Amino acid sequence: MNYIPNILFAIALIVGIGYFAKNVKKLIRNIKLGHDVDANDHKPQRWKNMAKIALGQSKMVKRPISGFLHVIVYLGFIIINIEVLEIIIDGLFAGILYEDHRVFLSILPQSVYGFLIASFEILATLVFVSVVVFWLRRNTLKIKRFWANEMTSWPKNDANYILYIEMVLMVLFLVMNATDLKFQAMNSGNVISQFIAPLFNGFSESTIHIIERGAWWLHILGILAFLNYLYFSKHLHILLAFPNTYFGRVEPQGEFDNLESVTNEVKMMMDPNIDPFAAQPENTEAPAKFGASDVQDLSWVQLLNAYTCTECGRCTSECPANQTGKKLSPRKIMMDTRDRLEEVGKNIDANGGTFKDDGKQLLNDYITKEELWACTTCNACVEACPVSIDPLSIIMEMRRYLVMEQSAAPLELNNMMTNVENNGAPWPYNQMDRLNWKNE
Amino acid sequence: MSNTLKVPTMAEYLAEGKQPEVLFWVGCMGSFDDRAKKVTKAFVKLLHRANVDFAVLGTEESCTGDPAKRAGNEFLFQMQAVTNIEVLNAYEIKKIVTACPHCFNTIKNEYPGLGGSYQVMHHTQFLKSLLDEGRLTIEGGQFKGKRITFHDPCYLGRGNDIYEAPRELIRKLDAELVEMKSCKSRGLCCGAGGAQMFKDAEPGNKEINVARTEQAIDVKPEIIAAGCPFCNTMMTDGVKAKDKESEIAVMDIAELIANAQDL
Repeated sequence: MNYIPNILFAIALIVGIGYFAKNVKKLIRNIKLGHDVDANDHKPQRWKNMAKIALGQSKMVKRPISGFLHVIVYLGFIIINIEVLEIIIDGLFAGILYEDHRVFLSILPQSVYGFLIASFEILATLVFVSVVVFWLRRNTLKIKRFWANEMTSWPKNDANYILYIEMVLMVLFLVMNATDLKFQAMNSGNVISQFIAPLFNGFSESTIHIIERGAWWLHILGILAFLNYLYFSKHLHILLAFPNTYFGRVEPQGEFDNLESVTNEVKMMMDPNIDPFAAQPENTEAPAKFGASDVQDLSWVQLLNAYTCTECGRCTSECPANQTGKKLSPRKIMMDTRDRLEEVGKNIDANGGTFKDDGKQLLNDYITKEELWACTTCNACVEACPVSIDPLSIIMEMRRYLVMEQSAAPLELNNMMTNVENNGAPWPYNQMDRLNWKNE
Repeated sequence: MSNTLKVPTMAEYLAEGKQPEVLFWVGCMGSFDDRAKKVTKAFVKLLHRANVDFAVLGTEESCTGDPAKRAGNEFLFQMQAVTNIEVLNAYEIKKIVTACPHCFNTIKNEYPGLGGSYQVMHHTQFLKSLLDEGRLTIEGGQFKGKRITFHDPCYLGRGNDIYEAPRELIRKLDAELVEMKSCKSRGLCCGAGGAQMFKDAEPGNKEINVARTEQAIDVKPEIIAAGCPFCNTMMTDGVKAKDKESEIAVMDIAELIANAQDL
């Protein structure tokens, strides 16, 4: 008996999934570098958000063309995975527990199996066409959001590599079916592959069999390679969109969080019974840092946001500051946060598990003040994101750091704040004049 | 001719041992900005017309802290918030109406966590409820058949999902409501939010208020309706920048309704 293919398959599977699992662990470790926030309240609302936004693609279709194409690729991705399950079972056990590949054929009635494969073939074709259109939109139509400043060579190539991999996987799947002579002879479910099969008419049966085996192997190895490419690409959204929409914002978008560390200090200042000269109790914690200058100052939800971003740029194309030529791009905020987080993660790996100061931080080295001060906090980016990413919250945390830790607000804003502090209005008017309008 | 409006304060109400139906939170723009003061007065006239028992805080009102918070100064925001909450709670305020979406959002969403929970309404919501209760009638008057486009304030629309109340009021004027290219949840900001009102914009190739005004001009309105004093200023400036003052007026919804009735 020849078990070598089964053994090779098992090794490929273990290596492929094992390496991916190792990177997922790293990903979770990096996300947990963020400080803790409670994102487990409003559970019914959160499940609803995930069902609607991630599973139901409700925000994707707000832009009908790309939304529709994306729904096809998304459905294809999910449904064709049933076929991958069969491939895995066949790869491990065909020739050992049973003779021929296509194990589902021995379980399901031929008509049901044919129906399943027919739908996979149609979806595979639609996915292929959609991916080609995606490629054309990116590279030929040069849609503006794919050519913004932050879309340097790597993000552009990364996006194209993903499209190429998807095209190749779909072609391999169809070729695999077209060259499976037994499957073609069955003449059930080969709705697309029957038109590819004649291409191989002149070939000998053994050559066709080799092509079939080749396509089968390349298809599954390609899927494993793609799985492992995810971590190194912008494409993690296919997995992280689900937790990200679950942990996304449930409060009204206009509501910004009240910093608890500030609340405690303000309460102390307002409490007449507190003795300002009382000795500090022993072992008090160091005062919290206000706002964020690096990724560790952000929350784990914000870091999850960064890994979820697939750089579609809908946020940036809706941003009023970006539309009017300012440097701010919400997508760049997310890409910078992710890139810095990756850098910090690699630093931790290289230094035996602890972060060694590298003299860099998210503020200034990645995100400049000019970008931060261009934001109007209008929430257009938050609204536009198809997977509930909140770039605005990161901008706000960094403004807080600039103002409260560095007193580095623009001069005009300092004037405004001085006015609020002294006379309860952003302009130098006397609070005693607040009702003068009624007599004017 | 005296223009004095009857505007009772909470202090006066307390002295008489009475509690008003609603507190009108005027806001800094509504108190001090010449353009916004007209909106404040128009709204007060409508409150009188509908026999609403209201009061203001007057000299006891202070900035909600919104611009400080959005600028990143959480300290100043919370100091303002806690001070205001003390005043509001001392007067046992239950219901607040304001013509400023920034004040509205801050008091409604950010004060509860600091000890101040009230029922807060934007003035367009409040006017809509007066209409529904039959306490206020709206006539088209001079605005009948006029082309009006509504500019969604970010902190009313996206911030708090309120898109319909202002639009229903405009429709009640028998006006022709036209929508801009970006409207409702995709409405383009006027450029004033997030404390931008108080500083120059960062370098770019256009002012945001001009970009938004261009979107409005595209639908050829006679009036751009606003629901926020900041948007009102920005859109007015935008119309001036495009030399369209003689053709397009920028007006708050409260002004539209008050003017339609010659109040």
